[in-house]
Amino acid sequence: MNYIDEYRDGTLAAGLAAAIARAAIPRRQYRFMEFCGGHTYAIARYGLTDLLPSSVRMIHGPGCPVCVLPIGRVDAVIRLALEHKVTLCTYGDALRVPGSGGMSLLRARARGADVRMIYSAADALTVARAEPQREVVFFALGFETTTPATAVVIREAHAAGIGNFSVLCNHVLTPPAMAAILESPVLPGAAPLALDGFVGPAHVSTVIGTVPYEFVALRHRKPVVIAGFEPLDLLQAVLMLIRQVNDGRAEVENEFVRAVGRNGNLKAQALMREVFEVRDRFEWRGLGEIPASALKIREPYRRLDAEVRYAMGYRPVPDNKACECGAILRGAKSPSECAIFGTLCTPENPIGACMVSSEGACAAHYSYGRFKDAVEVPG
Amino acid sequence: MSGNRNTGYVRPLDLRDGRVEMSHGSGGRAMAQLVRELFLAAFDNDILRQMNDQAIFTLPPGRVVMTTDSYVVSPLFFPGGDIGCMSVHGTINDLAMSGARPAYLAASFVLEEGFALAELKRVVDSMARAALLAGVPVVTGDTKVVERGKGDGVFITTTGVGVVADGIDISGANARPGDSILLSGTIGDHGIAVMSKREDLGFRTAIESDTAALHELVAAMVAAVPGIHAMRDPTRGGLGTTLNEIAAQSGVGMMIEEASIPVAPQVEAACEFLGFDPLYVANEGKLVAICRQQDAGRLLAAMRAHPLGAAAAVIGEVRQDRNGFVQMKTRLGGQRIVDWLTGEQLPRIC
Ligand code: SF4
Repeated sequence: MNYIDEYRDGTLAAGLAAAIARAAIPRRQYRFMEFCGGHTYAIARYGLTDLLPSSVRMIHGPGCPVCVLPIGRVDAVIRLALEHKVTLCTYGDALRVPGSGGMSLLRARARGADVRMIYSAADALTVARAEPQREVVFFALGFETTTPATAVVIREAHAAGIGNFSVLCNHVLTPPAMAAILESPVLPGAAPLALDGFVGPAHVSTVIGTVPYEFVALRHRKPVVIAGFEPLDLLQAVLMLIRQVNDGRAEVENEFVRAVGRNGNLKAQALMREVFEVRDRFEWRGLGEIPASALKIREPYRRLDAEVRYAMGYRPVPDNKACECGAILRGAKSPSECAIFGTLCTPENPIGACMVSSEGACAAHYSYGRFKDAVEVPG
Repeated sequence: MSGNRNTGYVRPLDLRDGRVEMSHGSGGRAMAQLVRELFLAAFDNDILRQMNDQAIFTLPPGRVVMTTDSYVVSPLFFPGGDIGCMSVHGTINDLAMSGARPAYLAASFVLEEGFALAELKRVVDSMARAALLAGVPVVTGDTKVVERGKGDGVFITTTGVGVVADGIDISGANARPGDSILLSGTIGDHGIAVMSKREDLGFRTAIESDTAALHELVAAMVAAVPGIHAMRDPTRGGLGTTLNEIAAQSGVGMMIEEASIPVAPQVEAACEFLGFDPLYVANEGKLVAICRQQDAGRLLAAMRAHPLGAAAAVIGEVRQDRNGFVQMKTRLGGQRIVDWLTGEQLPRIC
């Protein structure tokens, strides 16, 4: 794994930063959204905004799988664990997501729920095989990156006729969320959407390729640059975006050629199509309902669908009124403009979606960037 | 190690296939046998041999330092160590961070019914070896057994006493603006070694835990710079948490340099895989020391001269900061906060 360092070289970064500063036209503002939480995290962790001129602002997007999970769905999975007494397997990140009343899967576990942290979808099936007397539910979530692995597990469980296993599918789709951000109606009194382009997802794009983003360039005239998660990838992508804006171009460019092809991974896509179908609509925390933005398990695999098996209805629960996540995700506000940022809403006690995971916009700003707010406090 | 002397013939403990039973904690004959054949045999020393419920000793002159810590680790055995040697090293280190010379240890075991005696023996032997090598004997102890399912094999609590010489005043509250921050070596080794052993984890690594007793290193450091301001071992919560603790206690801020913090490439790679930040991964054989800037060169030389400090480095400086922020210049040239860890570090999905 020695390749890591070459994407984190300080000298190369300084060179790219200088190129960005030269390319940015004075007095012009550039506002780019990095869609993915992985990018948000990298920006925060490496302090990349310090390398950008003040005219370039990065807006943190909704690409954090646990942050976009609506409260109603979190409540449902907690009920499943506590009331149906199933063995619930899920990724570490999902354990802390708050539902209603500050309840989370971690807290449910403290109250006796059988919640297990796993590292891959296959682990969940292993648990089901090892403990046939338990009803095992895999709480599957994530963007297109983690979806193929869930599909594999569903197919395998189906073929092997494993009776004590089901999947609660909360997989969501990236392109419809980008469309929702671009098309979100501007509410009276609210600032208009201010975006000059997107840093496109890294891992998601290895699966879906670059074609699904073309509508952003064609229909919405916004440039997209697909970028890897390494800090130098991000800087390179910002430079490419600035050049597109300066040239008046709106194209889908690919900085992450070492991993992403135009058509993505066709095998993974076929697998996803075989096992999943698109839901009519799905609620996203902070963004509201978005049509055709999530997946559910197809009819032949119904037996493995936890929503069916446990007759789970969906009850939406509104977000906290003070939470500005919606505006933050549209680039209209920054985290420190939320009235309860850092006071009522902290990573220890998240109120809104963006504070949930280290990849969320508010959490990243709180954990890595809030000294920038503090230095301006006089006295 | 309380227990009564036993006369008639008793079949020896089956240290190969035997298991911990409730009777091993009941205070009766079975417990006496366990104490004698396992604990006494391993920890053997003059004080313990007296078989009293307490240890009586005198300490060299100076102020007495005392600490206690409970050890709960899963798995019990991991690359580079186990719960046994860790429970000796950890408590010795907590004593040593005050500049003290550790003198004696007490050990208390909570065993789970059904725990294999062979594994218990491995743990106890490892403790005994660690105590012997460190020159800090275990002089008293206790054993309890809990029902199956109510423990995790074995929990160990060790308590230590030591003596700190007059004139040494090392405390987390003593860091001052302008001070230098030194680190004794690579970070994250222990946490990653333990993680790699958890069976549900899909990666293998050659990383070993850094578990070690640091009191000799500390003695060399104190000899070189008696006026060290603060010292702490960054165990659970990692370097990031330890720096925040000291900053809060001393009412100061800090600025560290990412590029100067040593991280083994395998640890870096494993952290990448798991979505962890090495700054928050546990260590069991590293320390952070804070001293006046003009003493830093001498302190660093003393650390590097000791095998446990060979990779020591100056990683930053203490600053005046009302907010108590620990900040870091990243390798990329940016700047960010190194915050307190929120809950447990959990792997990220993306
Ligand atoms: S600080 Fe909390 S409540 Fe405010 S916008 Fe961010 S997540 Fe929402």
